[in-house]
Amino acid sequence: MSLIAMKDVTIAFEGDVAVDRVSFEVDRGDYLVIVGENGSGKSTLMRAMLGLVKPRSGRILYGDGLVKNRIGYLPQQTAAQRDFPASVEEVVLSGCVNRMGTRCFYNKSDREKANRNMALLDVAKFRRRSYRTLSGGQQQRALLARALCATEAMLLLDEPVTGLDPAAATEFYEVIRSLNRDHGVAVVMVSHDLSGAMRDAGKVLVMNRGMDFFGGVEDYRARFAEGMVKAHG
Amino acid sequence: MGDLLQRALLKKSGQPRRRAAAIAQWVVLALLLLWGLFNLKAIGGAFVEFGAYLGYRFIRRALVVGALVSLCASLLGVTLVLKRYSMIGDGLSHVGFGSLTVAMALGFVTAEGLPAFLPAGLRGGIAGLCGGIAQNPLPFTLVIVVLCAFLLLRISERSRMRGDSAIALISTSALAVGVIVTSMTSGMNVDVYNYMFGSILAMSASDVYISVGLSVVVLVLFILFYPRIFAVTFDEPFARATGVRAGSYNMLIALLTALTVVVGMRMMGTLLISSLIIFPALSSMRVFSSFRAVTISSAIISVACFAVGMMLSCVASMPTGAGIVAVNLVVFIAFSAIGATR
Repeated sequence: MSLIAMKDVTIAFEGDVAVDRVSFEVDRGDYLVIVGENGSGKSTLMRAMLGLVKPRSGRILYGDGLVKNRIGYLPQQTAAQRDFPASVEEVVLSGCVNRMGTRCFYNKSDREKANRNMALLDVAKFRRRSYRTLSGGQQQRALLARALCATEAMLLLDEPVTGLDPAAATEFYEVIRSLNRDHGVAVVMVSHDLSGAMRDAGKVLVMNRGMDFFGGVEDYRARFAEGMVKAHG
Repeated sequence: MGDLLQRALLKKSGQPRRRAAAIAQWVVLALLLLWGLFNLKAIGGAFVEFGAYLGYRFIRRALVVGALVSLCASLLGVTLVLKRYSMIGDGLSHVGFGSLTVAMALGFVTAEGLPAFLPAGLRGGIAGLCGGIAQNPLPFTLVIVVLCAFLLLRISERSRMRGDSAIALISTSALAVGVIVTSMTSGMNVDVYNYMFGSILAMSASDVYISVGLSVVVLVLFILFYPRIFAVTFDEPFARATGVRAGSYNMLIALLTALTVVVGMRMMGTLLISSLIIFPALSSMRVFSSFRAVTISSAIISVACFAVGMMLSCVASMPTGAGIVAVNLVVFIAFSAIGATR
């Protein structure tokens, strides 16, 4: 059984169809990159996978140990966050909020989990530092540590390298690859940065409201070798 | 202090504007400190004089209500400022002003003045209710302001209008209603002036109970939901994706803000109550870098500034609200200077 299965999912806002009958599955250890032009519905699709928008029709099934709300999400950063007074530790710990149930405070196992993930992503040395004083790449790593606190199985990344300089972006992709290969975390990434995102991808989904393509990265390269223009023409 | 000043001058040579700002802030602070040193005797006298004021019951009431309202406002202020909802307190206080004037105007309703086709019993009932509202306007005002808080939240979440425009729209409309109703009935009198600029004489025994109840509720909820409030404030999409009911927490914050504003506005005044929400959080954010430190520091700054402002108000017969805002401004400048020097 797959971690998440989208079955004929259609999403519409006030009559405008944003995502049209999309079906695909994400299995344990997958690395899926969702590409498409602006307005092609890729971010909406990701929000549906997180349960933030309700599909008009179709079903989203969670399985293989994955529970809704136990997905690690890396949203696009907002302007408000850039000058938010919060220590890295506070930010990472807030990823444990979905494990609290009816508890009001973090417990020891939450703190241990946060510590492990801070060490894993090499932000433990910044734990007392303010989030707003970190560089873009360091901020993304702190948010990744937070996302890992919310999940063991799957990360959803929304345009994660936007705003990062090339060196930081390369480093970020390396971190993601290591999480995927060495720690078995399934990765789903929405991206504009085709060349960077494709380097480690296993599967590709091309969105154009409907699905233009879903398959392995070699098939994708074979079919779209002459570029996206032809694919959509 | 000279050492700090020197560091401000030497460090950050790449940011001359920031350095200039830091110097200006330190100069203002130094002048204030100098003034304080030369007037030490007068300041000591003020403390003694203030001690004598504590013998009055209305001063004690105002102190209790004010300290508790300041505490609540500062805690709520941290999330409101960070979520870019700073002006919600200002908007709601204008709504509070509008509904207070309407409540007062209801006192002019008499059974004879109502349309004749209504049964006599109903007319009497309506007149009695209106008289009751005019006598004790707080519950009426609370209901209206809470409703408006929900309305504001809904507008900014569900419609195309931006949050700040929605707040401006509602607050100016409410102010207009208040001014029109006032001019049609009582005219600009002392009560209206007090609503606008606040008065420490306005606190009644029931206000003390309400403010104690309110601040217990705000404190308990804030502590119990602290991790979730942080999660929703820092990153609402992430919090929603991990199953936090962010909408309910926004609702809760708006409700508590509405209550705080209504209880505090008659002491601070409609025009100044939002400063209680904004200033402590902004000052703290200048110096502290973790959410917990900012929260705790806001609470302390808020209560301390209130106490000093209250003392100024008693001893120098300064309007209470304006005095508290002035003290908050000095603290803000001090914290900015410290923050810029670091």
